[in-house]
Formats: sequence, C-alpha cells, structure tokens
Amino acid sequence: MPDVKMVVCCKQVPDPEAPPAAFKIDPAVNKVTLPRDIKPVIGQYDEFAMEAALRIKDKVGGKITVISLGNNIARDVIKKTLAVGGDELILLEDESFEEGDSWSTAYALAMAIKKIGEYDLIFCGRQSSDWDAGQVGLGIAEILSIPALTLARKVEVIDGKAKVEQVISDGYQVTEVGFPSVITVTSELGNLRYAALKGIMAAAKKQPVVWKPADIGLEPSQVGLAGRRVKLAKLFQPVKEAKCEIVEGENAAEAGANLAVKLREAKII
Amino acid sequence: MAEYKGVMIFGELANGKLASITTELLGCGRNFADELQEDLCCLLVSDKVNEAATKEAIAFGADKVYVIEDASLKEYQGETFVQVVEKLAKESSPKIILMGQTPVGRDLAPRLAFRLGVGLSTDCVDLSMDSETKLLQQTKPVYGGNAQAIFTCDSMPQIVTIRAKIMSAMERDNSRKGAGIPVKAEIDMSRVATKIVEKVKEELTGIKLEDAPVIVSGGRGIGSPEPFKTTLKELADVLHGAVGASRPPADNGWVPETVHVGLTGKIVAPEVYIAIAISGASQHVAGCSGSKTIIAINKDPEANIFREADFGVVGRYEEVVPAFTTKLKELLAA
Repeated sequence: MPDVKMVVCCKQVPDPEAPPAAFKIDPAVNKVTLPRDIKPVIGQYDEFAMEAALRIKDKVGGKITVISLGNNIARDVIKKTLAVGGDELILLEDESFEEGDSWSTAYALAMAIKKIGEYDLIFCGRQSSDWDAGQVGLGIAEILSIPALTLARKVEVIDGKAKVEQVISDGYQVTEVGFPSVITVTSELGNLRYAALKGIMAAAKKQPVVWKPADIGLEPSQVGLAGRRVKLAKLFQPVKEAKCEIVEGENAAEAGANLAVKLREAKII
Repeated sequence: MAEYKGVMIFGELANGKLASITTELLGCGRNFADELQEDLCCLLVSDKVNEAATKEAIAFGADKVYVIEDASLKEYQGETFVQVVEKLAKESSPKIILMGQTPVGRDLAPRLAFRLGVGLSTDCVDLSMDSETKLLQQTKPVYGGNAQAIFTCDSMPQIVTIRAKIMSAMERDNSRKGAGIPVKAEIDMSRVATKIVEKVKEELTGIKLEDAPVIVSGGRGIGSPEPFKTTLKELADVLHGAVGASRPPADNGWVPETVHVGLTGKIVAPEVYIAIAISGASQHVAGCSGSKTIIAINKDPEANIFREADFGVVGRYEEVVPAFTTKLKELLAA
C-alpha cells in the first residue's frame, strides 16, 4: 500500500474561545479587534481536519502537507501542525491575500494544491471559526474538478479509497470515495492530539515554504480583497438587552421549586 | 448574456411532504418576487414527487414548481443534486436562489455557487432587498455568533442559504394558481464518484428535538452521560419535551450528535428552552436563540447564558433540577 499523500488546509483565526465580551468591532474598517493578550489560534475545525489526516498517517502511512493562507501568520501558532506530525508547511502569505472571501481563498488554495501536484486527500475544516461560511472545502473540490464529502466524523483509507462517516440529520452515513478528493471534517471526529516535546523541537527547526500570489500563478487582483465575489457591506454586534429574571430561594433546591411556581404563574409551563 | 429574472427556491421534502424550511423559503421568496414583480419558482427533487407536494408548494406561494424525478435522486447526494440545480439555474436564470441552511443546503449551495462562478452567503438570518439596486442585503452571524455581517453580491444569480425558523411561511391558500412543470434530470453518472454504502439512524427514542415544544438541554457542566438519562430526562418527560445538549456533551459522546443544539448542530425554536449547566457560548446560543422562553440553570452567576435567558436560577443543577421537577409535577397535577 503506497503512502497516502495528504494536504490539510489550516487557517489562523482570532481565538473563538475568547470571552464574548472581548470581541469588539472597529466600524471604520469593518474588522474585529481583540485585546492583545488573546492570541490567534488555528481554526478549531481545521484542527479536527489535521487530526483526521494524522490518524490516516498513523494507520497506513503517508505524507501531510499543511497549507495556510493569510498575512502575518504567527509561526509559533501554525507550526503546531508540524509539531503534531505534519511533514511540510506551505504558507500562502502576502498582504494581498488579506480580506478575501470564500471564493478568493478557495481559488488560491486550489492553485497551491495544483502546484504541489501530487495529492490523494485534501482535508479542510467544515467551516472557519471566524466567518463560519463552510464553503472553502467544497470550493477547492469544484475548482479542481474532484469529488468532495462534507461533515466527516471518521475517515479511513482502505484499498486506495477513503471510507467516510458523514454526519446527517438523523445519524450518519458511510460513503466511499476514490482519490483524489476533498473531505471536510466536523467536531465529532475528535480533538487534535497534543504535540510531544520531540515534535515541538523538530518543528522549531523546520522552516515553512512561503509562496506569493505569483508563485501560484495568480495576479494580486485575483486574491484577497480584490478577488472577492461577495462584498462585505457592514460588520456589527447586535445590541442585546439583558432581561433575565433571577429566581431566588433560601437554597438552590428552594430556588428550583420557586422557579416552577414562577413559570406556572406566568403560564409559560 | 441571459436576462436574469425571478426568484428560485430549492425545496426540501420530508416524508413526501414539504419540509418546514421549504414553506419558510417560499414565504421569504414570495416577498422578493412581489417586490420584483417577477415569478417565484420552486424546485422539488426526488425519485418520486407527490402531486400533493407540488400543490402544497403552490398553496404556499410558488408560481411554478419544477418537478425533477429520477431514481438516482432518492437520497441526497451532492454530485447528483448539484447537476440538477445547476441545469435549472442555467435554463431559467433567476436573479435569486434561496436554499435552507440545512444538512442538504450546506452541502449543495457551495457546490452550486462555485460551479456557477458566483458568490454565496450561507446561514443568513435576515434578508432584505435594497430599494434602488434591488440587490439582497444578506445578514449572517459570524465569529461564532459574536458579530453579524451584511454582505451583498452583484453577480447573478445571488445565492443564499437561510437559517431554519427565521422566515415566516405564508398562510396556506389552496385557491392560489400555479403550474407544476416536469423537468428531465439528465444526470451524468460519470460525474458521480462517491458511493453511499450505509445509513445508520442514531436518534433517541421519543419526541424529536425539532418537533418538541420543550427542550431540556445540558452542557459541559453536566459532567457525565448519566444525568442526561436521569435528571434531565425526568424533567423533559414531565414537560413532554426532549433532551438536547450543547456541543461538548456531543463531542464527548455523552449524547448522540443528533441532539446537539448549536451553530453546527440543530437550530431549534421551541416554546420553552431550558439550558442546564450550559455556559452559553455564542455558538450554542445560535442554535436556540429563537426559542420563545429561555430558562437558565447554572452555578456561575457570570455565565453568558444569563444574558440570553428570560428566567434563571443560580445554583448547582444537581440540587436545583430535582426540586424544580418535583414542584412542576405537583403543580401540573393540581
């Protein structure tokens, strides 16, 4: 069984676990600002995608190339993918990649994957943890004219094919697909493993390859903001009014009983 | 260049009838079609489409119903469905295509948009039409629900997916006139490379989450699988409701994924939503904020869920919930 050639797409995002109160928007530039002490992370779904690839590497062997697109990509953040077992890291890094949409992002990633040339499985998170669009994985597949399966909770490689458990509304389905193909991964697959010290030290010595738009055959006008097909008109935080009525009691149990009385009186239950 | 005209919705069926998302999309699409003074058409795709479903689509607002039947369309598969929708979109060149942010819509809409080479906004919670440009203003939650973005797209067709239970269906009007139009599927099976080999149902017995008038949900703070079957289940039973969960219990395998409420799980809007030991992360709130009344039980008075709830109790759920259940039983029996 030859080794499986895998590509994993990972995006650096503002930490989605940051407290909601820390999120602020600068309306002048339509951008999210976060306090400095909240560090960027790899998108949570992209981490599950990485884990999916690692499990295949564990089981049948393979090579994992990680691609990340953006600008000012924090090396210590993205190198986590090498520390846990990724073999190569390619950064599509340039100012012109900033503020793209699903279209410009998927297009640049697809062109980079073409340049890599040999690939069997491309893994993406089901959606990014910032724009939550859920389009890039399917977009890459359409641009490369290869099949795609979404919402994978388990992926195995058997006889040169991927066997994928996909989450559906009332359970799951098992779907098979040949190579090459795109698989998007959902949270039930499981968390990304921790990096071993050895992996962290090895990753520290590795240098990522950096590609500019020209390296993947693209003009600056085709990437990032300039390459968008959907325009961002406004970014805002809806105003919420706190309206919660706290029901109290001598102790927690009494408060529970009082809640029942309150809801019954208000004819809610 | 083709002239773009009208509004198209992708209809979904459930047990041969229109799924609730379909009537919601029809209601929304009808408004835009009226504003444009153009037709609203609805796609119904399956191995067999009942005539009753076609009539229903008309009664809920469609002017034309394109009926596409083929044995290969019995079950949803991205590669077959996208061919059908792509063909219809090219032939009838609508200005707008509306789909549901459902398991099907999530998979189908990006395939279609990339194939047509146009933009797409997914998971919209508000849509309006600019009175001058007649372009859609597409509002969607981003950053896990911490913010919202408004997008526009000037390429045609404008494609969006809409979150369930946001738009209102019209009143059913059986006197409305419309036409059912059969369309040949013409699927190129050489472009179908995936094969579904097995489907496994994982639903809990009892009332379905989406249909339950009351949902009792537990979060990470529940701590283990058992209370979902005991403490939470007893409360749900008293209220004839269903048990749900936020993402951590589903990811930890305490409950099946089918009961996960949230941005990436089910979007629900029951009469009463009881959030127990749930912190209220934005991504969870996205799945239940449409509920009529939200009740929070959490030991942390600072928990974000209290910013979303109508009523709350601060306390350990192990103490609060059994007393709440007992008292409710007593009051409901009276």
